[in-house]
Amino acid sequence: MAYDKFNILTSTAVPLPIENVDTDQIIPARFLKATERKGFGDNLFRDWRYNVDGTPKESFVLNNPIYGGKILVGGKNFGSGSSREHAAWSVYDYGFRCVISSFFADIFKGNCLNVGVLPVQVSEEFVEKIFRAIEADPKTEIEVNLPEQKVILKATGEAESFEINSYKKENMLNGYDDIDYLQAMKTEIADFEIKRPF
Amino acid sequence: MNRTLFDKVWDAHIVRSIEDGPDVLFIDRHLIHEVTSPVAFLGLENRGIGVMYPNRTFATADHNTPTVNQHLPVEDPLSANQLKALEQNSNKYGISHWGLGHEKNGIVHVVGPENGITLPGMTIVCGDSHTSTHGAFGAIAFGIGTSEVEMVLSSQCIMQPKPKKMRITVNGKLGHGVTPKDVALYIISQITTAGGTGHFIEYAGEVFENMTMEGRMTVCNLSIESGARGGMIAPDQTTFDYIKGREQAPKGEKWEELVAYWKTLKTDQEATFDKEYTFDASNIEPMITYGTNPGMGIGISQKIPTVSQAKENEATYKKSLDYMGYNESDPISGKKVDYVFVGSCTNGRIEDFRAFASIVKGKKKAENVTAWIVPGSHIVEAQIKEEGILDILTEAGFALRQPGCSACLAMNDDKIPAGKYAVSTSNRNFEGRQGPGARTMLASPYTAAAAAITGVVTDPREFL
Repeated sequence: MAYDKFNILTSTAVPLPIENVDTDQIIPARFLKATERKGFGDNLFRDWRYNVDGTPKESFVLNNPIYGGKILVGGKNFGSGSSREHAAWSVYDYGFRCVISSFFADIFKGNCLNVGVLPVQVSEEFVEKIFRAIEADPKTEIEVNLPEQKVILKATGEAESFEINSYKKENMLNGYDDIDYLQAMKTEIADFEIKRPF
Repeated sequence: MNRTLFDKVWDAHIVRSIEDGPDVLFIDRHLIHEVTSPVAFLGLENRGIGVMYPNRTFATADHNTPTVNQHLPVEDPLSANQLKALEQNSNKYGISHWGLGHEKNGIVHVVGPENGITLPGMTIVCGDSHTSTHGAFGAIAFGIGTSEVEMVLSSQCIMQPKPKKMRITVNGKLGHGVTPKDVALYIISQITTAGGTGHFIEYAGEVFENMTMEGRMTVCNLSIESGARGGMIAPDQTTFDYIKGREQAPKGEKWEELVAYWKTLKTDQEATFDKEYTFDASNIEPMITYGTNPGMGIGISQKIPTVSQAKENEATYKKSLDYMGYNESDPISGKKVDYVFVGSCTNGRIEDFRAFASIVKGKKKAENVTAWIVPGSHIVEAQIKEEGILDILTEAGFALRQPGCSACLAMNDDKIPAGKYAVSTSNRNFEGRQGPGARTMLASPYTAAAAAITGVVTDPREFL
């Protein structure tokens, strides 16, 4: 599934300063029943976002009109739990292109990279700085610069670098994925397969 | 060169290494189910490509399946649609499919091992995080996302950076009534749900050496709950004895040849790990969770930690206790229980039902408790009947349901109602995991049995 290329993203951000946000919260299992990849954004954070009767919970940040943008900033250990890629789809489908946290769960991070959401891991201190900046001014802009691997608080110029391996970076910059790569090496794979002991 | 068990298996599967990038890793077995595969198949269609090795792929229906009246059409149209998509896709590409009603149908991580599909030294993936279960056999097994399911279907390979290595050693002897589930919940409570992130775990030491294969599966199953990609245990005689004779296990000369290879799959003496933990078995008592992630567990005789003792920050911790309706410093023992669930890929194997039955035998189910007893597969269901466990359950007032993921994840009809308390042998106590508003306490089959009898959280050692 191809996705939009990612280069430099400048946007306001939505703060979610909760630790261990698991993928069951990002999208509960009962919304995983589709056989096509569409509409998952409607159920992003379903049970935190809506009451049982379907009315929005005013206290939840996605329902607060003063916050918005293409960047979601989460607490540490973001995306733990179930491997469901639907979690990354729902983040993307809602309109986020980047999630910033001090720590990501592995599978969620991998899923994000495969579907066009850039997971940006920076220090706990820097994430705190971002939370404080958004708290002080919800219109505060953040630049996520993939070519330079930097996150910059536009108002103050404070910045921190983040890591991404060069292969994945190249994919994100060009909007292509691993399947394209693997299709090109099928003969090599077939030669390997023949030698497997089982 | 000194290599770990993980190195040996990983390195044997590298088709190509990409500089400063992932390895292209060959996958021996790909397990699929109805939830995370349909979009992957759709992706193949859109790209106009097929399944490269259908004989290395196995499909079973489990997450969405009802656990009663499986002979009737599935009522929920969305669930029925996913189940149908799995069947159609499997038929189209020549993948063996154990759908609803098939004699070998059951939870993906139960049916793989019990039919000899899972073998030591393999790489195994599935679009389900509890694929880590298969590591009990000395395989590298981990959960993947749907894009990766598409990758494996189309090329039998996955692109992964090699994780770091961690060893968790538990020495000594487990106390009476302390099960593999308790060992796993103890480890997670010590290293937290993020403690294993970025790592693959090798479990070592006397406790795992003495553990049955089913116990090892329970421990490896829960590796993902500490954040690890997977966990594994070196194959030994216990492993070989378990596999031998199973339907799809190798036979004759091939068997001898493989056993000789499998015996080499252990960590070399001088090999090193990126991280090591050592625990003493005598510190582990029956465990139970009190909060909303699997790391929030305590010994059953202990009290819920105070905010200042908690590993989470104050807001996160308070949100958790508030959801559970608990207060800091409360004893967990004696807390009310409305539901008891025995089953799932964590504890849905025959040993789990033997353990449950050993406590409920000759007693009666508490009236306030609704109990869902759900075998992991039809094979387990048959064992329950053959061994007389069903009679024990029936006499004590319990009914047996049909195999499936059931109340583990609220995708089928088995949901814990909002506000109710469940003692569950499954793997996740996240908010809403077992149904919107459901409150889950994770525990062993023994602890579940004790709660089912008394109607409150009870130390199972009182009955053993």
